[in-house]
Amino acid sequence: MAAFAPVLTRIVGLADAHTLRVYTREGGYRALPMALRQAPAAIVEAVKASGLRGRGGAGFPCGMKWGFLSDPARNPKPRYLVCNADESEPGTFKDRVLLRDNPHLLIEGCAIASYALGVHDCFIYIRGEYAAEARILEAAIAEAKAAGHLGRDIHGSGFDLEIVVHRGAGAYICGEETALLESLEGKRGYPRIKPPFPAVVGLYGCPTVINNVETLCCVPPIVERGAEWFAAIGREKNTGPKLYCVSGHVARPGTYEAPLGITFRELLEEHCGGMRDGRRLKAVIPGGSSTPVLTADEVLDVKLDFDGLAAAGSMLGSAAVIVMDETTDMVRVAFNLIRFYHHESCGQCTPCREGCGWLEKILARFDAGRGRAGEIAQMLDICDNMAFKTICPLGEAARMPTESYLRKFAGEFEARIGAAAVKGN
Amino acid sequence: MVAEAIQREIDAIVARYPDPRSALLPILHRLQREEGWLSPTAQAWAAERLGLSPAMVQGVATFYTMYNTRPVGRHLIQLCRTLSCELRGSLEIRAALKARLGIGPGETTADGRFTLVEVECLGACGTAPAMMVGEDYYENLTPAGLDAILAALP
Repeated sequence: MAAFAPVLTRIVGLADAHTLRVYTREGGYRALPMALRQAPAAIVEAVKASGLRGRGGAGFPCGMKWGFLSDPARNPKPRYLVCNADESEPGTFKDRVLLRDNPHLLIEGCAIASYALGVHDCFIYIRGEYAAEARILEAAIAEAKAAGHLGRDIHGSGFDLEIVVHRGAGAYICGEETALLESLEGKRGYPRIKPPFPAVVGLYGCPTVINNVETLCCVPPIVERGAEWFAAIGREKNTGPKLYCVSGHVARPGTYEAPLGITFRELLEEHCGGMRDGRRLKAVIPGGSSTPVLTADEVLDVKLDFDGLAAAGSMLGSAAVIVMDETTDMVRVAFNLIRFYHHESCGQCTPCREGCGWLEKILARFDAGRGRAGEIAQMLDICDNMAFKTICPLGEAARMPTESYLRKFAGEFEARIGAAAVKGN
Repeated sequence: MVAEAIQREIDAIVARYPDPRSALLPILHRLQREEGWLSPTAQAWAAERLGLSPAMVQGVATFYTMYNTRPVGRHLIQLCRTLSCELRGSLEIRAALKARLGIGPGETTADGRFTLVEVECLGACGTAPAMMVGEDYYENLTPAGLDAILAALP
């Protein structure tokens, strides 16, 4: 296989990479005029043929999602494109690199997608904490507009598009697409019951497509270099370049671009410089904190893509790889994460709201060495009562990993009961 | 009372959206920038501006963690406590902040200069541990490096 050259992060690290000048100098904004000369349907077909799967977590085929937008002949309402830049899953920081160092790639992706979908108003919903990135994005949009890449009659095509950057205000749940829409409408970020799906009833009750930052950034290269080129990267059903964001106990944490489907071993050794301080690997969260943990034995040769990780009993999610060495206390990890989910539960559904709260209480006791006999089984029972019983996947995001820690590191949890008995608690 | 210049900025924000209500989050961000928090008066003004009930605005203001519904110190320090930061030493940073400022999470220094809170994931996991002061990120924190950061703040 030919050596892989970065696609999404190609210009990252160059001086002033975020400016129109550098983006254009490095070959940017070539795909947009190419797209505007094609029929919108041809672009949707190219994205389908590329095999691009959504990079936000679920891995749903992007072209198919675009194809679900209701037919304008039957539904004459305006249609919207919303870019999900809410990036809040613990371990995930990949989109920040694109927002900060390659905003024009995202803008070009939004413009092409909007043209393909018949959208004239696109919103980029960015997490509120990314204030600096929001300012960079707004400046880039102003530059793009002044250069005729946005606004009215783009490149003489008759196509009009405005992009608005919308800042969230600190709520993990707003990364869930229907909660994001509620938030964008000026409300609390409460997830909506699906169906109807956003493609039919989305923003302001109109047909809406919601795509992750990285997904939209894949669109210009697909238009420019072709669906076949994109599909040749990675492997079948897991195509294209991918940003892996690695944190925890590695020598060099950071965001690394590689073809989908590299093994964890390659990521760790070739990109991250191995484990920090030469310690031994204990466990890995492969796709963000909501994905089940894998032990060192399980993870080394797993292909880090949608199907490889599903086969290993976990998920690619947002490709947020959290690496833990032998010094890591898995009871503490489980407690830290459930505290996160309890804090971030929107509170609509009882199984999630109460389940996360109960798990946090019990795990706090285990963390303090005061676990009680029978409570491991009780926690598994609580998880069971949270499974598939909530409007949105936050309940799943909380209980799936918790179960995985309880089962794969049962000994550490049991030891906390023993410790409590020794202390006489 | 909201100054006229800010009202004009807010008019421009409202005009960006097909439905004015979408402007609520940006309006609250803008109002908070003035005093560091959203007073009941500010919330009532936002409600009036968008034709919403004050309860609706309060419901939104209290749902999102970035809106302060109580006054905070001149510098709001938000220390990330989520997993990637904890794996790389956020507990040590918390202890160091406590030693230097004399306050724990949720507290404000007596001179009103600093408020310290712990927050969930800041999305800076690759440069952990991380914190925000106001709207600025500080990453790859070390206990020793904190002094220079704190001293540089007005």
